[in-house]
Amino acid sequence: MLRIACPSCGVRDQGEFRYGGDATVERPSYDNADQEAWFRYVYVRPNPKGLHQEYWQHIFGCRQWLVVERDTVTHSISSVEFARKQRA
Amino acid sequence: MGRYSVFSLLRQAATGNTGWQRAWRAAVPKPSYDVVIVGGGGHGLATAFYLAENHGIRNVAVLEKGYIGGGNVGRNTTVIRSNYLLDGNTQFYEFSMKLWEGMSSALNFNVMFSQRGQLVTAHSADQMDTFSHRANIMRSNGIDADILDREEVRKLVPYLDFSETARFPIHGAIFQGRAGTARHDAVAWGYARAASGHGVDIIEGCEVTDFIRHGDRIVGVETTRGRIGAGKVGLAVAGHTSVLGQKAGLELPIESHLLQAFVTEPVKPLVDHVIAYGADHFYLSQSDKGGLVFGGNLDGYNSYSQRGNTGVLREVCEAAIALMPNISRLRLLRHWGGIMDMTPDASPIISLTPVDGLYLNGGWCYGGFKATPASGWCFAHMLATDQTHELTRCYRLDRFRTGHMIDEAGAGPFAWLQ
Ligand SMILES: Cc1cc2nc3c(=O)[nH]c(=O)nc-3n(C[C@H](O)[C@H](O)[C@H](O)COP(=O)(O)OP(=O)(O)OC[C@H]3O[C@@H](n4cnc5c(N)ncnc54)[C@H](O)[C@@H]3O)c2cc1C
Ligand SMILES: [Zn+2]
Repeated sequence: MLRIACPSCGVRDQGEFRYGGDATVERPSYDNADQEAWFRYVYVRPNPKGLHQEYWQHIFGCRQWLVVERDTVTHSISSVEFARKQRA
Repeated sequence: MGRYSVFSLLRQAATGNTGWQRAWRAAVPKPSYDVVIVGGGGHGLATAFYLAENHGIRNVAVLEKGYIGGGNVGRNTTVIRSNYLLDGNTQFYEFSMKLWEGMSSALNFNVMFSQRGQLVTAHSADQMDTFSHRANIMRSNGIDADILDREEVRKLVPYLDFSETARFPIHGAIFQGRAGTARHDAVAWGYARAASGHGVDIIEGCEVTDFIRHGDRIVGVETTRGRIGAGKVGLAVAGHTSVLGQKAGLELPIESHLLQAFVTEPVKPLVDHVIAYGADHFYLSQSDKGGLVFGGNLDGYNSYSQRGNTGVLREVCEAAIALMPNISRLRLLRHWGGIMDMTPDASPIISLTPVDGLYLNGGWCYGGFKATPASGWCFAHMLATDQTHELTRCYRLDRFRTGHMIDEAGAGPFAWLQ
């Protein structure tokens, strides 16, 4: 099990969180008519073997969306931030 | 390599079993091959075998970074079925089922294919409707399927929870009698031996680290055992398709996820069939040694580490006991994990790629064991002819771009929710 250090609640068990996928993909703007951009946003994933930035939501805590940087081989977590801070 | 037969068994029995030969040759890499297949799992080995058997292409190497049978082919829960709904899948998996039915004799290797039948329980009237729909599609494609009502299910598997207090009461089930299981290692060993017998080099302990290019074309691979030239390179590396794809410049609609399996202490014969629990993602069967083999959900986040997570362990045990309360006192002996390519529509990719000389077989999600023979058959066809086999027309890599998804799981582009 992962232990995720939520910036507002402290270190909590993975069971309190919900995974939300790759945090590096950028949603195109609503008026973007480029098919390729939407295709890449929905489907293409770098899927690294190593460091991965990903969304987790603290559903049984503060309900904040977080961006967690985790190693996909060792599962060690190198950083946790509020998603809104990272995306700002 | 001699053929296995009753007589070879008797001869060996009489001489103290001292005369058995290696099942396949230990090959040393040659400077180049017509076809190099990366990944010595079931799919890679089957591809090599059918390249030789169906197309007469024998100057072939299978490169495996670990050992034969160490990947998902030896980690899965061995369920084989062809109860698919969508056009494309239905025909492909039934073709695979037919190959399973003849596999032991085709390979001269007992893969212990056991057509014990699979039932998927239904827990609502709606689910019964969905299953009837699926059964009709299967039957119209010439595949065996039956819809059982609650009493018929109870007669077949009386030990499931039919009590008043069942969390999700059983309404009925969809049943495929020809579904079953096979000995997974034997499938790898059988294909390896038969391919080797046709002259294919099976090279273990040989990791592909990069590709060799001539202009835009891939003409070989860099490996931990040196450079190996190749007329064509086929990838069949299960959960590592992204890692190698990236080295070839491919951007793929794939995430790697962990799936676990669990086995209990052995008990007397109890479960005759493969039983899948329609109220949750859970299924079980009984192995030949007596252990109950469980499968469940993905761990649910990207992973390349072949070890488990206790969260899923708890969920799987909850589902097991909800379905079959009488096993609540059994001890789990072991659990393990395998890494799989998850695609956004839960269907595989057997495809030509934008890179010349590179052919792709991957994205099998958690259901690729049953596909092993058909996957090898069709991928060999593609490597030999540069054409997409009719049975894999739906599995092209560009289907996500063109909108021709084959979304059997109905999950949308959320690999970790499938
Ligand atoms: C727990 C679990 C349960 C499952 N249950 C079922 C089931 O009941 N029914 C079903 O149909 N399917 C099931 N599956 C899925 C099925 O096992 C896989 O889809 C299928 O086996 C994948 O194909 P493969 O056999 O070729 O993979 P593998 O056996 O994993 O072969 C890929 C090989 O490529 C090698 N490789 C990777 N990178 C390199 C490299 N750079 N160089 C050289 N070699 C490399 C790996 O070492 C590996 O041996 C399950 C999977 C898991 C993990
Ligand atoms: Zn929190």
